[in-house]
Amino acid sequence: MTTSCDVLIVGGGGAGCSAALHMAQRGQRVILLERGLVGSQASGVNYGGVRQQGRNPAELPIARRSHALWMRMPELVGSDVEFSVTGHLKLARNDAEEAELIAYLDTAREHGLALRMVGRNSIHRDYPWLGPKVVAGSFAPEDGSANPRLLSSSLARVARLAGAEIREHTKVTGFAHDGRLFRLTAEDGTEFSAPVLLNMAGYWGGAVAAAFGEAVPIKPLSPNMAVTEPVPFFIEPNLGVVGGNVYLRQIPRGNIIIGGGHGESDVSGGRAWARPLPEVTLEMLGLAVALVPSLVGVQVIRSWTGIDGQMPDRIPVIGPSGTMPGLFHAFGFSGHGFQLGPGVGAIMTELVLDGHTDVPLAPFRIGRWRDAA
Amino acid sequence: MRIAVVGAGPAGVRAVQTLVAAGHRPAWLDEAPDGGGRIYQRPPAALNRDAKMLYGFEAKRATALHDTLDAMKPRTDWRPDTFVWHIRPGVKRLQTLHRGVQAVVDYDAVLLCTGAMDRVVPVPGWTLPGVTTMGAAQIALKTQGCGIGSRVAFLGSGPLLWLVAYQYARAGADVVAVLDTTSFATKARAAFGLLRGGATFAKGLYYIGWLRAHGIRIDEGVTPVAIEGAGSGVTGLDWRDARGRAQRVDCDAVGIGWGLRPEAQLADLAGIPFRFDAIQHNWVPERDLAGRTSVEGHYLAGDGAGIGGAEVAELAGARAALALLQDAGAAVDAAEAARLDRALTAAGRFRVALERASPYPAHLAAGLPDDTILCRCEGLRVGELRAAAAEEYPAGRAPEMNRAKAFTRTGMGRCQGRVCGAAAAEILAAALGVPVDAIGRLRGQPPVKPIPIVAPPAEAVP
Repeated sequence: MTTSCDVLIVGGGGAGCSAALHMAQRGQRVILLERGLVGSQASGVNYGGVRQQGRNPAELPIARRSHALWMRMPELVGSDVEFSVTGHLKLARNDAEEAELIAYLDTAREHGLALRMVGRNSIHRDYPWLGPKVVAGSFAPEDGSANPRLLSSSLARVARLAGAEIREHTKVTGFAHDGRLFRLTAEDGTEFSAPVLLNMAGYWGGAVAAAFGEAVPIKPLSPNMAVTEPVPFFIEPNLGVVGGNVYLRQIPRGNIIIGGGHGESDVSGGRAWARPLPEVTLEMLGLAVALVPSLVGVQVIRSWTGIDGQMPDRIPVIGPSGTMPGLFHAFGFSGHGFQLGPGVGAIMTELVLDGHTDVPLAPFRIGRWRDAA
Repeated sequence: MRIAVVGAGPAGVRAVQTLVAAGHRPAWLDEAPDGGGRIYQRPPAALNRDAKMLYGFEAKRATALHDTLDAMKPRTDWRPDTFVWHIRPGVKRLQTLHRGVQAVVDYDAVLLCTGAMDRVVPVPGWTLPGVTTMGAAQIALKTQGCGIGSRVAFLGSGPLLWLVAYQYARAGADVVAVLDTTSFATKARAAFGLLRGGATFAKGLYYIGWLRAHGIRIDEGVTPVAIEGAGSGVTGLDWRDARGRAQRVDCDAVGIGWGLRPEAQLADLAGIPFRFDAIQHNWVPERDLAGRTSVEGHYLAGDGAGIGGAEVAELAGARAALALLQDAGAAVDAAEAARLDRALTAAGRFRVALERASPYPAHLAAGLPDDTILCRCEGLRVGELRAAAAEEYPAGRAPEMNRAKAFTRTGMGRCQGRVCGAAAAEILAAALGVPVDAIGRLRGQPPVKPIPIVAPPAEAVP
């Protein structure tokens, strides 16, 4: 028995659930197939940064588009998913890092991203809790953070209300095209068919692409995260550093979420196992203390990670397939797709239904490795 | 062969004794300053009490265990005051914290004897100062020589209820009520099975008899209503008796507890599968009678592998050590292994009767009012978890425990659900209308308990 629809989506992260919502809103019969629960991997267990500052310039048009959706989140999903515009403060710890911050000001200006330098004279006056290692920062007032545990499932709920079918615990094991329709087979033997297939399967998007003859050099990526007990609120902005080896933010409840480095994972034989690494956790805590010395003595209560897909050039694959008409990719967000997710769903919907989108996608084409070779 | 034993309670001591007898020198890690486990936790040197006063009927057993513990220390890599906060089964490494210093211990085989903690059901008012768990009330008495209050009520079920009430009364506290949520009829039905327990059962009867003989108010089949109090602490306890009549007692402290739950976080992180034990009403790591697990080189013994009590833990520790040695290719005393197996099997039957005589009151948890604090770390109320079972919940319906945690923060605080987890599962399952074993369990995440952020050495920071 085959279930047919207009659009099949593989992968229920933030991007996939947003695509399901946008497709359904435009009257498409959509079925989203998710191997676990929606938002179980990269979209659900990430740091929660909703950040435009510091992105690869190619990503900024998508980030701008997504930012507009984040600002409308209550209207979109009926709750704010704890999205809060706190500003993002990116810190430099030496002259070279400071020079990088200054260089990015031009990039930000070109893309209409508000960004201002916090120089050596004001950084410790404005943020007296920063440690002496910090020499300067750049502040993006529109950026912020949200609760990653809520985004995908909130999008999925309203996608369902809009008519999309979200099938969780449905692991796709067979990918085929019969010349007219995509034919997907789930682990339990259920079959699905549609003329359009959106590959939004994160790390596993690599396997979907490979099934249609366009393998890409993707690797699993497991960002290492930890959270502290609640302490009195004092860190207002979301904090990052040049180079990205540590980042942290405090939620109004008081807990401080700290990320940095990578955990371990096992994706062999269909597994999706990932764990933070203790030595990485300890190292990033040390880096965090260098930024905010008063973290010493605060208790870490939990650490975690998930599985994202990392591309060699650290930007995702987004756009139509080079081998199979009707197949569209958006995967491999390389550890920074949370902010992009809502926008990517909207962009993919335009790409499929309108045949074009205003956002330039050329840098993300799947053929870029073949072009280079 | 590098062997590590985590825990120096009854299971850990007997495991180490067996390993040392076979010529090994295991790394032996324990969170407490001087071992003994929770049940035979040693007082600080300054507390001058003899074993009989501290451990009562268990004095002989406690002394014997402590003697072995002390004899084993020089024959092992003894690491007291050492908290194992993560385990990596793939590379076989323990991550430890000792007085603020991080270290690792690599092993070829590890025996986890991680013990148990109190299992509680929230009661309106349970976050008031003066309310503590039964086990903690007992530890205060054993290791500090002080009680949780001067007019104390005990509420719960199981052997610890009677034992701790007895110990408090003997120590001079005014025990104003002992309230058992299990009905007399339930206990009577289990009585035949309890006879298997011999001395253990007899001790239980003795405590109850002693409390009755000393005129202490006892009520069975009760339904807790609320612990009353002001900001400064507890002032009273309200309940309904078996006939539904409102009852109340004045008190300044309440000890609560409904049996124990395994401290099985390391087993979980080691990748050992868990199953829901319907008799114990606990998720327990899967192991065979000898303590072997499906993860090569990883063994379990004692209450951390499923609640059995201290005597069983001693047997299980010795047995798991034999299994470990046997798997490593050593010749072991087959007769001794068979004797331990028989004793463990017999003890298992008594445990079933004991659990039936004091079942976890799932209905009390499921029926808690919406405004009762459930997750005390996060300050969440019962209704906030219940809401996540509804289709119209903003993030969608939470079909299982970890998703409910993700949505509501239940079990996300300092204790990581060790305190509220059992009750939270009952509340969510009831709200979803499914059996409690259908919604899974809170997954373990390192660290198994909080670890402090420390200042890195100055040169380590770029």
